[in-house]
Amino acid sequence: MTTVDAQTGINKVGLSRADYKGLPSTLCQGCGHNAISNQIIAAMYELDVIPEKIVKFSGIGCSSKSPAYFLNRSFSFNGLHGRMPSMALGTLFADMTLKGIGVSGDGDTASIGLGQFKHLIRRNLPMVYIVENNGVYGLTKGQFSATAEKGLTLKHEGTNLFLPVDICLEALASNATFVARSFAGDPKQVKELIKAAISHRGVAVLDIISPCVTFNNKDDTIHSYVFGKEHEVRLHDLIFTPARDMLTIEDFAEGDTRDVELYDGSMITLHKLGTDYDPRDRQAAFKVLEEARVKRELLTGLIYVNPDEPSIFDLYKFPEKPFNRMTEQEIRPPSETIRMVNEWMFSA
Amino acid sequence: MSQHQPDMISTSTPERQPVVNDFSITFCTVNGSGSATSNLTVLRAIFKMGIPVSGKNIFPSNIQGLPTWYSIRVNKDGFTARVEKDDIIVAMNPATFIQDLDYVVPGGMVLYSDDIKLTPTRSDLTYYPMPVKQLIRSIDITPQLRDFVSNMIYVGVLAWLIGIDMEAIRAALEYHFKGRAKPVETNLAAIRVAYDWAAANLQENHTYRLQPMKATEGMILSDGNTAAALGAIYGGVQFVAWYPITPGSSLPEALIEYLPELRMNKETGEQNYMIVQAEDEIAAIGMLVGAGWGGLRAMTATAGPGLSLMTEYLGLAYFAEVPLVVWDVQRVGPSTGLPTRTAQGDLTGVYFMGHGDTNFIQLFPGNMNECFEFGWKAFDIAERLQMPVVVLSDLDLGMNQWMGQPFEYPDRPMDRGKVLWEGDLDLFEAKTGKKWGRYLDVDGDGIPYRTLPGNLNPRSAYFTRGTGHDEYARYSEDPEVWERNILRLAKKIQTAKSYMPGPVIQRMEQAQAGIIAVGSTDAAVQEARLKLADRGIKTDYMRIRGWPFTQEVDEFVRTHERIYVVEINRDGQLRQILMINYPEQASHFRKVARVNGLPLSARWIIDEILSQEEK
Repeated sequence: MTTVDAQTGINKVGLSRADYKGLPSTLCQGCGHNAISNQIIAAMYELDVIPEKIVKFSGIGCSSKSPAYFLNRSFSFNGLHGRMPSMALGTLFADMTLKGIGVSGDGDTASIGLGQFKHLIRRNLPMVYIVENNGVYGLTKGQFSATAEKGLTLKHEGTNLFLPVDICLEALASNATFVARSFAGDPKQVKELIKAAISHRGVAVLDIISPCVTFNNKDDTIHSYVFGKEHEVRLHDLIFTPARDMLTIEDFAEGDTRDVELYDGSMITLHKLGTDYDPRDRQAAFKVLEEARVKRELLTGLIYVNPDEPSIFDLYKFPEKPFNRMTEQEIRPPSETIRMVNEWMFSA
Repeated sequence: MSQHQPDMISTSTPERQPVVNDFSITFCTVNGSGSATSNLTVLRAIFKMGIPVSGKNIFPSNIQGLPTWYSIRVNKDGFTARVEKDDIIVAMNPATFIQDLDYVVPGGMVLYSDDIKLTPTRSDLTYYPMPVKQLIRSIDITPQLRDFVSNMIYVGVLAWLIGIDMEAIRAALEYHFKGRAKPVETNLAAIRVAYDWAAANLQENHTYRLQPMKATEGMILSDGNTAAALGAIYGGVQFVAWYPITPGSSLPEALIEYLPELRMNKETGEQNYMIVQAEDEIAAIGMLVGAGWGGLRAMTATAGPGLSLMTEYLGLAYFAEVPLVVWDVQRVGPSTGLPTRTAQGDLTGVYFMGHGDTNFIQLFPGNMNECFEFGWKAFDIAERLQMPVVVLSDLDLGMNQWMGQPFEYPDRPMDRGKVLWEGDLDLFEAKTGKKWGRYLDVDGDGIPYRTLPGNLNPRSAYFTRGTGHDEYARYSEDPEVWERNILRLAKKIQTAKSYMPGPVIQRMEQAQAGIIAVGSTDAAVQEARLKLADRGIKTDYMRIRGWPFTQEVDEFVRTHERIYVVEINRDGQLRQILMINYPEQASHFRKVARVNGLPLSARWIIDEILSQEEK
């Protein structure tokens, strides 16, 4: 479902797929993060997004290097470990028409950055927040992260004794308005979720299990490719339809689907698999996550969405003109006001 | 009244000349008892009478129940520094009553609440017990309001004793209550009852008197934090993120108060600024880095502990060349220290802040007017240099009321620095013959050109990082690239000198020594210099207003063999910084430093310098 011209490969904003690319990746061959970068490229290309309207943010770690490998024509800030959310908030106020894509990892989000992650969610800043979750520190060569499963054994670290932090549960508990989990080995689902996330007006958390082929990819561990392939349970099949394509929507068979309309009129169509899951039900979201944990399943799909909660931008009245294009006349009070200000100061 | 009181009244010596417009009053109260309104009313009324006045709040880190002191200094010559003795005390706190008496000069006056049943320890003072409870009961107000207005009793008694003008008191109350008639009248009623009681029951003393002057005509009264906030508003502040901390908080709180007045479209309700109370100082500075990178005029205010948390992000801002402004309203450290007391203890901390070779532009406002001026100027400097600017104020300057000239509208247009929008990229390339690169220094001043997110020119985007990068913002570990970049950053500090406010230098004929200070110690240093001159020690005085030091600072240091560096910290931090900057003149600098939580007094500075001069 794209508007790309099949002959020329040019999309509606006149760009080819190459215009969405980044530099060649320096991550390991087969790293799940590269697969995610490719789906970001595909999603933005297919959605006719103008790359200059996207700003990329990241923290520190393998995941946080990946913004260099997609959307070369977008501004990007590779900041501090665990502190990307605050930076993103400041920048997006500079021009509220921009969309943020943040890429973080499980160390960056669930260890050092858990506080900022939760407060970003609480403020519901419109941006996509991708966690490339592999349960391990790659860039420092193989230490446990906070999402590592209990009992995981790593070469130099021994056995992890602690229960993992569940990023989706943390997000839900912080009143996230969009929570999804996916698997880097399921590129189609990753792409559709990224498309939906970018249309959501609020923080869209995507916890994507992204195997680390170098340090944590043993077949029986939950962050590995083999485990993911064998244990992925999709809540539903989903397709995202931008508002402008509503007339051409290729629906699933009637009666099997559920639609979620997002803020901008675009639609997520969920095809029922097994049970009829309603992602607007927050209690059900907690329940399926807990059940999956008990059954040791990799549950994927749109776990929770609330398109009605206002974003931080909706809580104030701002002018349409971007803040960073305002002139001196617009931001410095006129000279005649200084008299009034001095009177406020109990002038004698 | 208790037994000891009647014979204590009016024991002062009648032949003594009245002291006019030159004395200090300390109000000794309990935190949370509502005395602040009374104390400020006295301060403002004296100011309104045209008499130079200053006020200092010595308060505990506590909401309710611990002792608080508020000292007002009345001085016809305009001296505003703290003095170490009280002429008059208003003793309302039984817990500190005996101790408070120790600070009163012989012949001084003691007003106190008559429910304090302690026996005064000194017979050289004049005591005025006030029947606070009895008087407050005679006013027609609800019992709930009695506690609030009972502190107005001492205002009334004091007004009669020293001659505070009742119309000036009314003006002060109308200001405080923003013209709301009810609280103004209620408080005035209490003051009148007390005034009338004093007139009928107390013997005239006239030891200390106020006489109207015209010395404050046209002046304003403000604390430094409010002045800084207003200055920032005239500097076009667009993004504020902060985390509550004493004594920084009242700066962003003043922004919260005044930004809607000055920067909100009254018809549409639209605001062209954003204020975020962050989850901690790390997030606050992170938001500033994002906003500054995005092209906004971004600021925060904090104190030492907050600044420690901000250090990591400030290092990134320095290296990624992001403009932003941090106000460090200093309090006593190390650690949590004395959160509600003043110091200049973050000077070396800020000077050396951050790992690796890192520098920050520093500004040192010395009075309330400079808080306003640096409020807007800091943004110009930060954006011009694409660097963080740290403004070092302190609790005394930031939270106490100071007299000053009216705020002056900025005398120049904003300097938004080197920013390229869509069309500017072609112009840049036509002009320089070079492809634009984020960190390319084409002007030779170390400052590159930056583009901002939202720029739709496909060549405008770049990748910002805290890791090694070349002129085109590409990742690099190349030794030459690293060295070239870090040396260019050093060049920006040289360039900065032409944008820094120079020092304020005051000279005396045939001065035999120099004095250097920064910030709020100015009032005490000014007073000390005049009194030292009376004792034959003439000094030249340089108040430094920023780092990097300008040429005038170099000159002063070179031309003075003996320089007293006056500051509020243990180690003589300003002196250390001067010694590093002027290694060849390192032996010129003498340490005059102490920290005990209180603003320096002129007397202490005089004693210190005298004792060193005798050596």
